[in-house]
Amino acid sequence: MSIFVNKETRVLVQGITGKEGQFHARHCAAYGTQIVAGVTPGKAGQRMDDIPVFNTVADAVRATGADCSLIFVPPAFAADAILEAADAGVRLVVAITEGIPVLDMMKVKNYIESRPVRLIGPNCPGIITPGEAKIGIMPAAIHTPGGPIGVVSRSGTLTYEVVHQLTRQGIGQTTCIGIGGDPVNGTNFVDCLSAFEQDPATRGVVMVGEIGGNAEETAAEFIQKRMTKPVVGFIAGLTAPPGRRMGHAGAIISGGSGTAQAKIEAMKRAGIHVCANLGVLGELCREVFK
Amino acid sequence: MKIHEYQAKELFKTYNIPTPLGGAAFSVDEACEVAAGLGGWPVVVKAQIHAGGRGKGGGVKLARSAAEVKAVAGQILGMRLVTHQTGPEGRRVRKLLVEQGLNIKKELYLSIIPDRATAKIVIMASEAGGMDIEEVAADTPEKIIKVFVNPLLGLQGHHCRQLAFGLNLPPAAIKSFTPMIQGLYRLFMELDCSLVEINPLVLTAEETVIALDAKVNFDDNALFRHREVLELRDLDEENPLEVEASKFNLNYIALDGNVGNMVNGAGLAMATMDIIKLAGAEPANFLDVGGGANAAMVENGFRIILSDPNVKGVLINIFGGILRCDILASGVVEAARKTGIQVPVVVRMEGTNVEEGRRILAESGLNLITAADLKDAAAKVAGIVN
Repeated sequence: MSIFVNKETRVLVQGITGKEGQFHARHCAAYGTQIVAGVTPGKAGQRMDDIPVFNTVADAVRATGADCSLIFVPPAFAADAILEAADAGVRLVVAITEGIPVLDMMKVKNYIESRPVRLIGPNCPGIITPGEAKIGIMPAAIHTPGGPIGVVSRSGTLTYEVVHQLTRQGIGQTTCIGIGGDPVNGTNFVDCLSAFEQDPATRGVVMVGEIGGNAEETAAEFIQKRMTKPVVGFIAGLTAPPGRRMGHAGAIISGGSGTAQAKIEAMKRAGIHVCANLGVLGELCREVFK
Repeated sequence: MKIHEYQAKELFKTYNIPTPLGGAAFSVDEACEVAAGLGGWPVVVKAQIHAGGRGKGGGVKLARSAAEVKAVAGQILGMRLVTHQTGPEGRRVRKLLVEQGLNIKKELYLSIIPDRATAKIVIMASEAGGMDIEEVAADTPEKIIKVFVNPLLGLQGHHCRQLAFGLNLPPAAIKSFTPMIQGLYRLFMELDCSLVEINPLVLTAEETVIALDAKVNFDDNALFRHREVLELRDLDEENPLEVEASKFNLNYIALDGNVGNMVNGAGLAMATMDIIKLAGAEPANFLDVGGGANAAMVENGFRIILSDPNVKGVLINIFGGILRCDILASGVVEAARKTGIQVPVVVRMEGTNVEEGRRILAESGLNLITAADLKDAAAKVAGIVN
């Protein structure tokens, strides 16, 4: 079992003929993901490897029955791409693009709330159910299929580090999701935690947060009230100076709120096993999830 | 991106947001000229730097005559202004704003920010203006009015009424307040702002509202569609190493410690800084070379890290995904040869093609210290600098 994606998921790639779209579509397909279509306006009728390319998402969905869109469209056009996918009726949109203006994402978020679609990202590595489907840019080899642990994170390479440490401890993963480093994103921690709680194959969750906003505090409250499965948590940015944007658009301590310290305290109060030292996260997981 | 108060007020004027009469001055003579054109005394001379708390630091002064303008402008221009936001080293004042003095009846607070949790635009207002709003929020949250605007629907009449009545404005002032708030909202949305703040917004004895201060920040991600805004950037106000790094698409932030570090990915870069601290040392910087780094970016990153004289050791932490370890290793070796590194460098690599990467480092003949994992890397680099 898994959450949100599995081997049945039929994926179309928006921006498939671009450098990144092409590179990653190939890697996803090689992993076994069903990449059924690509979309690049003006290139209908072409093929990228064996994958048919369409002008619009609606055309691609009609012709191939795709139910998920993976987006590699540049930031200036990415909000439009997400809206197009939502209107075309896919149930899941995974937006990899980094650098989308905040106001664009705010409008997108307010619009898609009224649509039957889940957005993961933007500014994220994507989602992988090891052994079934890789819909994103993460290195496949570090993952271990079969579970029993779910991973949810705001970061990219930090997630790889965490997954790698789990794998080295012999702990497999059900699904790993990067929810993205932007201030406004689609799926949040609570959505993922709640799905992991309901997934019979998932026995515990690793949650990776960072400075900025209060998504971790909200997640901690949810975990305390609603979750029965153990959660290991890590927060990046204890040494980050206030008022500075640490790489991710959403990673900023503003007006004294969004500090790593406050998040760690909220998580500890909620009974989350907070890992203070990333170097030993794998060992901590082995203890907690044994 | 931040801009100066005088630039923000120029923008305000184009959106019909009332500001005091005044103008920018880059020399004492210019300050006197601007003051003479205002047609009355007193005038206010304000230091222009990208930091708050200027008044307390001695960067804002009243002048009642041409001679006084000359004296205070001379004092402020060129001074190192220290405020709670500049750090102890302060900021050199290169520009002034000279404005008419106002007949102030009451000081208010007004700001617009995007709220990340609700994805709505928040307008905040308070009768407790002129003070540190974070303190007001902490001590007396009931004194802050918050209005949430759906960006798809825009600012509505009831939002304006909620703010105006909440601020207990007299009826005459509400007349000028409503178009002002509409202009401010339009400016925020049209220019992709991340913050618009007026503190204080003053209610004058004549019962009009005027923006006595003006702070406008912009969303860096949206600058590609606002060339006019980009022209307002003042490189004098930014850290020179950070400016240099931004030319190469490197995300660099200077810090106080002595362990330089280079990492791919923002989250992992923060976590690397944290683990350096845990190992008993202090990070000298944040540097995210990004997922698609190439050899040239690695080389430039190296050069920038090493131009900080405090750096006594460097930790490179790369989790190869798209960026393969062998490519990274070649970049590091190349950079090390070209820059002639004088400090010890610890390299920790994991992920795609890691074996090949380790071989390249080992055979380079350079004094690069390899680490088995993250914990080992932090301990090694801390051992070097301590």
